[in-house]
Amino acid sequence: MKNKGTYHAIKVDDLKCIGCTHCMRICPTEAIRLKDGKAVINEMRCVDCGNCLRACPVDAFYVEHDDLSGIGQYKYRVVLFPSVFVGQFPEVYSENNIYAALLKLGFTHIYEVEQPVSWLMEAIRNSEEIVAEGPLISSFCPAIVRLIRSKYPALAGNISQRKAPHDLAAIFAVENLKKQGAQPHEIGLFYVTPCSAKMAAVHQPVAEAESMITGIISMTDLYNHLMKVISSSDNQDSSEYRKYLSSEGILWSLPRGETSWYGKRSIAIDGIHNVVKFLERLENDEVPKLDFLELRSCKQGCAGGILLTGNRFLTAERLQKRAARYPHSTSIDPADGEKEQIIARLCTKEVEANPVFILDDNRIKAIEKLNKINAIVCQLPGIDCGGCGAPNCHALAEDIVQGQARMTDCIFLLQEYIRKGKIKPERAGKMMERKWGKNRFDADCNKKGGRNEGF
Amino acid sequence: MALELVFEIAGGDFSNAGKASSQIKKVLKQLNVDVRSIKRIVVALYEAEVNVAAHAWHGKITAVISENDIQIVVADTGPGIEDIEQAKKPGFTTATKEVREMGFGAGMGLSNIEKNTDELLIESLVSKGTIVTFRCFF
Repeated sequence: MKNKGTYHAIKVDDLKCIGCTHCMRICPTEAIRLKDGKAVINEMRCVDCGNCLRACPVDAFYVEHDDLSGIGQYKYRVVLFPSVFVGQFPEVYSENNIYAALLKLGFTHIYEVEQPVSWLMEAIRNSEEIVAEGPLISSFCPAIVRLIRSKYPALAGNISQRKAPHDLAAIFAVENLKKQGAQPHEIGLFYVTPCSAKMAAVHQPVAEAESMITGIISMTDLYNHLMKVISSSDNQDSSEYRKYLSSEGILWSLPRGETSWYGKRSIAIDGIHNVVKFLERLENDEVPKLDFLELRSCKQGCAGGILLTGNRFLTAERLQKRAARYPHSTSIDPADGEKEQIIARLCTKEVEANPVFILDDNRIKAIEKLNKINAIVCQLPGIDCGGCGAPNCHALAEDIVQGQARMTDCIFLLQEYIRKGKIKPERAGKMMERKWGKNRFDADCNKKGGRNEGF
Repeated sequence: MALELVFEIAGGDFSNAGKASSQIKKVLKQLNVDVRSIKRIVVALYEAEVNVAAHAWHGKITAVISENDIQIVVADTGPGIEDIEQAKKPGFTTATKEVREMGFGAGMGLSNIEKNTDELLIESLVSKGTIVTFRCFF
């Protein structure tokens, strides 16, 4: 697994990108610009939330993942997947059908990652003491952890120093297999990810040395493979694989999945733009004293993960129903696991701040730049059209001051410059081509932006 | 080299109290000011904004940010403060019942500002207005 620089799971396919600006407008960290008519991601700012992927009308964004062919070389082929995976399937398929299909695909062991989640609950409760002031913030959603590190550095210390369910399951699975006589090199752990953020987090964990996972499989990919082999008549009993699964575990990644058992004064927020609004207030001390914050980048939590198939509300509803059939975590005691030892391994180091929005290391220069930005903003039209290749006028002003863009990138200013005779129309045309790519303005019926949803 | 930012705030407009402190916080982050100083400044300014919303008719906030400090002047037209020393005491309040029912007016405003700033000057003329000037070093 490569581990150099900041790893990002999301990439742009230049051949598919049509430079439509949808991704650029929705990005919560303003990490996307358009250059030569293509979306370019600023790796320093990207938090892997996947909103660009969701907004793209031509599927130009993709996530790098391992394919199923890699599992063959291991004797013990363990698939680790979050419970939301099961929630995608229509009711005609039972849990037994789904598990049987996973075995058919070549896996030898199956773990839903949220087991035994009561141990993780205990570990998280015990992590309160690290926070000197303000609420403990859940470390569950990696996009949120990255967002806080870069945009809300003052709150980085509030993030719980505990791993996520997939780490719990990985440790638990390996310990159990070792007991059965497996050698570490014989075990292949394959994590099925619901989103790009988890993918990036497994590749490059924020506050731990290295992940134990062997390979990462996209949930979309596995869903497609599974649909080819699944059968509603494969009914062999697979409940042994799920014996530590609880209702809390199944609901863990949904909204209120953590706050409901944490209790005290806690708030659950889903949707990264909602999270941003709340964290702004929290940072200003404009919220009452809270004990715990559960923050999820996707609406409806992981049921809304970008690699899931189907509708997030239907997935969440199926999971609620499924959870109702399962026992509470308190009544589950995995006698075959070394509890204390595993809980100890769920601790991480403190999450370090990684502020990326600083204008200049030299403060005098930074103040100078801010003054320039304010002066430039006065010149710009304030339409926030994105025609310059930046998400809004203010972002363009920042780019100009940082030497990444020019005043003439603003299509309205450019129009004015032409009208006043400061720029020849011919040169203006060249400038537009540089920004939006050659032939960008030729008639082409394959070009499309978003559609009016009414039609 | 300094950066000047100006904000207007209307008396009674609680929903917009906090806009100036939010904006200034963003700027201070871009300037790489340490998080502890940012927090003190934001808390002090937010209290001052709420004071204008709760007591005054209209206020103007002028912030001047330099390399190592920020100076903020919150000047309002309003009823003024009769006894400044008393007003600074924690828990002293003249807020109306309505304001207190909104969750403001606990009498901690000026004492919180004093606690979070390095220099504080309050000038007031009864039935004219108040000028609160404070400075934080970072």
